Amino acid sequence: MEIFDRLSGVAVPLPMINLDTDQVIPKQYLKSIERTGLGKGLFHDLRYDMEDGERPDFVLNREPYRKSKILITGENFGCGSSREHAPWALADFGIRCVVAPSFADIFFNNSMKNGVLLIVMPQEQVDILMADAENPDNCVMTVDLETQTITRADGSAMAFEIEPFRKARLLNGLDDIGLTLQKVHRIEAFEARQKADRPWLYA
Amino acid sequence: MERPRTLFDKIWDSHVVDEQDDGTTLLYIDRHLTHEVTSPMAFKGLASAGRKVRRPSTTLAVPDHNIPTQNRAAGIADPEAKLQLDTLVQNCKTNGIPLIELLDPRQGIVHVIGPEQGFTQPGITLVCGDSHTATHGAFGALAFGIGTSEVEHVFATQTLIQKRPKNMRVTIAGDLPVGVTAKDMILAIIGTMGTAGGTGHAIEYVGPALRALSMEGRMTVCNMTIEGGARAGLIAPDQTTFDYLEGRPMAPKGEMWPRALEYWRTLPSDADAAYDKEITLNGRDIPPQVTWGTSPQDVVPIDGRVPDPSTEPDSKRRQAIESALDYMDLKPNTPIDGIKIDRVFIGSCTNGRIEDLRAVAQIVKQKKVASHVDAMVVPGSGLVKQQAEQEGLDRIFTAAGFDWREPGCSMCIAMNDDKLQPGERCASTSNRNFAGRQGRGGRTHLVSPAMAAAAAVAGHLTDVRELAS
Ligand code: SF4
Repeated sequence: MEIFDRLSGVAVPLPMINLDTDQVIPKQYLKSIERTGLGKGLFHDLRYDMEDGERPDFVLNREPYRKSKILITGENFGCGSSREHAPWALADFGIRCVVAPSFADIFFNNSMKNGVLLIVMPQEQVDILMADAENPDNCVMTVDLETQTITRADGSAMAFEIEPFRKARLLNGLDDIGLTLQKVHRIEAFEARQKADRPWLYA
Repeated sequence: MERPRTLFDKIWDSHVVDEQDDGTTLLYIDRHLTHEVTSPMAFKGLASAGRKVRRPSTTLAVPDHNIPTQNRAAGIADPEAKLQLDTLVQNCKTNGIPLIELLDPRQGIVHVIGPEQGFTQPGITLVCGDSHTATHGAFGALAFGIGTSEVEHVFATQTLIQKRPKNMRVTIAGDLPVGVTAKDMILAIIGTMGTAGGTGHAIEYVGPALRALSMEGRMTVCNMTIEGGARAGLIAPDQTTFDYLEGRPMAPKGEMWPRALEYWRTLPSDADAAYDKEITLNGRDIPPQVTWGTSPQDVVPIDGRVPDPSTEPDSKRRQAIESALDYMDLKPNTPIDGIKIDRVFIGSCTNGRIEDLRAVAQIVKQKKVASHVDAMVVPGSGLVKQQAEQEGLDRIFTAAGFDWREPGCSMCIAMNDDKLQPGERCASTSNRNFAGRQGRGGRTHLVSPAMAAAAAVAGHLTDVRELAS
């Protein structure tokens, strides 16, 4: 997994609630057998018109937001489908951090496993960052995972929370499967126990 | 005395392989369903790391999302879909994973075939790279959807790294009125708790109205749990569950059956187990439900009206309602009953089972689909299709003017040719009314099979209770 330590760049405001993963990346991009190249499909239906032309009114089609690295959005972002294509598309576009009052569970896990940092903050703080992002002169911010802070354009910093285990994995780019395989003896012991207790699961 | 535990607690506790100080758990996974869309990158990841599938026999693979629902013998025309399917077949072969192939009579939607084959059992942990995996919780299993990285993790280790969710209980007291179904029940529940109301929780559904449901109905309820934000929804196993499972191809056999049964009977929640969150609805108060917007929580009774955003005090929600109404091309305060539709879709892992098809047939028998409506029935599996044909349901459907298709996800996700055209309005038995879900610019109203059937005949959304009487 790619390491996440510090990210500085344009934050894009998307003040919508319950943005589902069908909106993040629609079905036609699910036909691929690769996880790369999905950035062009990010927010497809919001971003392109019926003839696949850019919608000039959509924020990602405007400067300076074409180069966004951080997304500020509303509650329950990433609800719906389990498609991991959603964080793949965000990362491929260049967005490695999303800030919202809440996220859907599956999307949350999927993102963190792809080096996309999701930050949960109280609505009032998200509102402040949203206002910053909406102003092109103030929309550059810096996310520092080590110190757990977001530094705004005016130099002031906001603190955020993250679980220590997730933080360590992101900072070190650790591979979950590698970590789990270090415990293979425990998995084997579990299987031996379960086979004795519930043999029908091994028939 | 031991702390009283919920059904969820019991299954979770018996699958802990390792627990860290911060509560992060390595959870053992008993069964894994997989399909063509979310698995290729996982197999590729395994191969490039030189890893093997730990227990191939615990996985069952089937193509369902991205396949045509007609002319299958002719092969798959869409090159991307074909590549995805061929990749699944190849990956299963390489890794020794049991696969139900496209032309196998047992082929169907993962969440329909798992229960049908007896692959889904009480007390197990079951995952799939698909958010509607909660369906299998209807058997008293801990079943939840995962992403592709987690699919790879299960392949390689037969475990997942998880945080223990909290317990939530949803009680449906009373009985459902005539003409009101499991689908109306779960839509009403989601309308009450909201699309994020279950986030971070495993939901147990209880109450007499739940107990009275068949396994098909219970699966419909658990299926849409994710639409309320919870990854897992469970119903305690009982005689209905055991009767459904006995004799299924992959269910415990011979002397294993009574042993399994003995264990399954210990699973229901202890009498005074505690829940972190509770909601209660009375079945008697649930009329047939219809969604009006672009989130499954946007639900109203059929005798209700399209909401008026100007009465919503919260500005973010007001904007969400306004943009949903704009997308759906609906005016505030319009009566739901009477909204004209263009398409009807009967199918999906929510409502593509035999009982659902019977409910539709009962309504449309000796009636015709309205002349301006294009209606299709897509059975959830090949076995559902066979059963329906044995019962003559297919002839009822085709006589009424429905298309009768091959099994798959079809217009629930519209990855194949089955999709709404921009602006078309559909009464659908599926589970998601997200913008563009059934085709870009398409407008979805989620309803029960009986309500979809009634809409097909009437040509507009209508109260099935009036049509039936
Ligand atoms: S029927 Fe729809 S919801 Fe169910 S698995 Fe298929 S695409 Fe997903």
